[in-house]
Amino acid sequence: MRQIFDIHGGIHPPERKDMSNPGWVSDCDMPSKLVLPVTQHIGAPARPVVEVGDTVLGGQMIAEAQGSVSVPVHAPSSGTVTAIEARAVPHASGLTDTCIEISLDGKDEWIGCEGLDNWRDETKAALLERVRLAGIAGLGGAGFPTAIKLASDRDGGIHTLIINGTECEPYITADDTVMQCFAQQIVEGAEILAHMVGAETVLLAVEDNKPEAADAMRQAAAALEIAEVVTFPTKYPSGGEKQLIEILLNTQVPSGGIPADIGVLCQNPSTAIAVRDALIDGKPVTHRITTVTGMSLKDPGNRRVMLGTPIRELLETAGFNADSADRVIHGGPMMGFAVTDLDMPVVKITNCVLAPTRTEIPPPQPQQACIRCGMCAEACPASLLPQQLYWYARAKDQEQLERHNLMDCIECGACAYVCPSHIPLVQYYRSAKGSLREAAKEKVRSDNSRSRFEARQERLEREAAAREAKRAARKAAAEARAQAGDDPVQAAIERAKAKKVQQEAGQ
Amino acid sequence: MSLMHVSSPHVHKPVSSVEQVMKQVLLATIPGVLVLTWFFGPGTIINIVFGSALALAFEAWALWLRGKDYKTPLRDHSVIVTATLLCIALPPYAPWWLIAVGVGVSVLLGKHVFGGLGYNPFNPAMVGYVVLLVSFPLQMSSWTEPRGIGEVPGIVDAFTALFAASSYDAVTAATPLDLFRQNSGMLFDDLMQSKAELTGPIAGLGWDWVNLTFLAGGIWLLRQRIFTWHAPVGMLTALTICAALGYDEGSSTGGGSVLFHLFSGATMFGAFFIITDPVSSAVSNKGRLIFGAMVGILVYLIRVHGNYPDAVAFGVLLLNFAAPLIDQYTQPTVYGTKKVEADE
Ligand code: SF4
Ligand code: SF4
Repeated sequence: MRQIFDIHGGIHPPERKDMSNPGWVSDCDMPSKLVLPVTQHIGAPARPVVEVGDTVLGGQMIAEAQGSVSVPVHAPSSGTVTAIEARAVPHASGLTDTCIEISLDGKDEWIGCEGLDNWRDETKAALLERVRLAGIAGLGGAGFPTAIKLASDRDGGIHTLIINGTECEPYITADDTVMQCFAQQIVEGAEILAHMVGAETVLLAVEDNKPEAADAMRQAAAALEIAEVVTFPTKYPSGGEKQLIEILLNTQVPSGGIPADIGVLCQNPSTAIAVRDALIDGKPVTHRITTVTGMSLKDPGNRRVMLGTPIRELLETAGFNADSADRVIHGGPMMGFAVTDLDMPVVKITNCVLAPTRTEIPPPQPQQACIRCGMCAEACPASLLPQQLYWYARAKDQEQLERHNLMDCIECGACAYVCPSHIPLVQYYRSAKGSLREAAKEKVRSDNSRSRFEARQERLEREAAAREAKRAARKAAAEARAQAGDDPVQAAIERAKAKKVQQEAGQ
Repeated sequence: MSLMHVSSPHVHKPVSSVEQVMKQVLLATIPGVLVLTWFFGPGTIINIVFGSALALAFEAWALWLRGKDYKTPLRDHSVIVTATLLCIALPPYAPWWLIAVGVGVSVLLGKHVFGGLGYNPFNPAMVGYVVLLVSFPLQMSSWTEPRGIGEVPGIVDAFTALFAASSYDAVTAATPLDLFRQNSGMLFDDLMQSKAELTGPIAGLGWDWVNLTFLAGGIWLLRQRIFTWHAPVGMLTALTICAALGYDEGSSTGGGSVLFHLFSGATMFGAFFIITDPVSSAVSNKGRLIFGAMVGILVYLIRVHGNYPDAVAFGVLLLNFAAPLIDQYTQPTVYGTKKVEADE
């Protein structure tokens, strides 16, 4: 048994995972149309390569990656492009994004997909390119382009690959289900990932509240020598990348750094499967497994959903009672955000759609004054002092916010969960982080203009010095001449004297 | 349906509110108050009831003056906690005006002048207490004799005392700490034998039981996770060490035994109910440990060398001043910053 370690803080919110019946997955009914945002990842938006009126097949690329930190988008099924326009998309900031709408023809015709017969023979660059072209971005909810994550091996390389099946958020059972149903594919994907980054160890991390998933993973992991299933006590937020690394390896990712800095790579189980599918089957990311749950649904569960399916349709196939809910949450109850428009689509990062009743998740209670009880600090997995951050965020004291490491806050919400004064702490931190980032940019700008100013100053000084040097040189030359006997001044005086003598002589 | 736009997290710990926290603190004082009542009669309870009613009125008035909504804050029970803690510290059978001045100072000067709950740099109950102690030393030291020595006053006596024009004229007795301070020339052990007030099983008749029950209430709060162990353990450890170092086998001028210090006066009440006030104490666990320890040291020094018999109130107020400084030097190591520092 591998030794595991504890993290600071953490909470135990009610899990409510049974509701969505983990371990079973059914296909969501095919919607009539799909809405596919061009930015379903972190980074530059993809550029549409189809036009309104085009017919597309399943698996066809409809938007291509732009720049390196970007991934393409593919059509999940066959149909006709009926619109390319800005629509509301699931994003915490409530932004809109360019979306490609496809009216499906119901035939579900696909392009031919070509996988690799032997991926071990390919170069790393070729494999990375395939991962990139398959449109893979962290399917656990982060949405960071996977190819970039795989490519960034700073000095020392990657020694450990962690497949993060923690899924510590309440309600969500998508990873649990994927691990129970597709353990073999996960391990195949993990093998490919480990090969690509040169990892010597693969840790399959599962919280101990998912024994079936752990068993399934153990059986599958027998096929991969360097792989090991590790279970650890259930606690939120053990699934945070940084927290998980501390639990498994007893080391910390340096502040401001990424796991690769200490030779670790974390991937979500679904992402591992996506990598496997991209290389072995040649298939891009077009579907995902999403938990649809909450007491407003008659038939909650895990669904295999086409990307682009409107959330409304997904909820309706699960027997949604709109009257009993007053919010729908994209993601889990701890870190997810409230959906503002039910026409928003399911995207690559949609691991859960939660439709709770009003009694299940009641409206927020009025905020009271902070009594500095310190319960937030006891709960914070990053060992921050949330009450101080709150204080400084309200005072807009950027210096103290930085001194108290605001940027190391992972926005897990553990502090707000326990706060007896019901202060929406995370909300304050998000906006304070925004202003800190702004200030940092501003500083870069002013540093730039300062360095421009300094450059000019330096140039002026250089020119002045050059002038001075010239003057000094002239002076030195003159002195040298004077010493040599041909001082022009002296000569002029001599000349004048001589002239005077002549004049006197002439009179 | 209209969609609510709320920020994460969407779930909240069930039954957790300021009101809950305050209620638990109040519950935890009950055993101690009952023991006080057993030994000294109903004075303390009457203090508390009268003081709490006044405190609510003062709070409402202050909120109204500040143009705030006064319904929600009144329900958070925090002002009742302040009044209760102050009234437990006051001598039983204090006249009504003493209580009124104390509560008024606590609520208005201790709390609302600084902006109300959460903003007060000083412990409000202790602000009230110290103002009274300095202004009315006579009334503040009129403790009655404990059961077992004198008559314990009844309800009628208690009300008479509350509304008496002058202070309650029943026999007032010195507390063990008074006797200890006034001692001249007696060896510690002899002193402890000499007076009935000092012959409790541990440290003075009645007082040891009072301290034990506040200790029990404090431990219960600790288990309810209302506060962490750091401040109380800091204070009690520091007090123990000081008393042990200062104990010279009981000479007449010595510092008194460890048990005497731990179970006399306001030690346990202070350790678990006063210095654990989160608002005015240090924020981090390490900070609270230091905060508690410094209070413990001050309590010992003032008890043994100072002019006042007990010192929890002064110790706490002094450390309230120092809390921001303590915070500055006790910031916990944030995730991911440990290694960076080691590199440097
Ligand atoms: S939990 Fe809430 S009330 Fe308590 S210290 Fe933290 S922010 Fe303040
Ligand atoms: S949201 Fe930030 S401050 Fe709050 S517990 Fe999580 S990491 Fe700590």
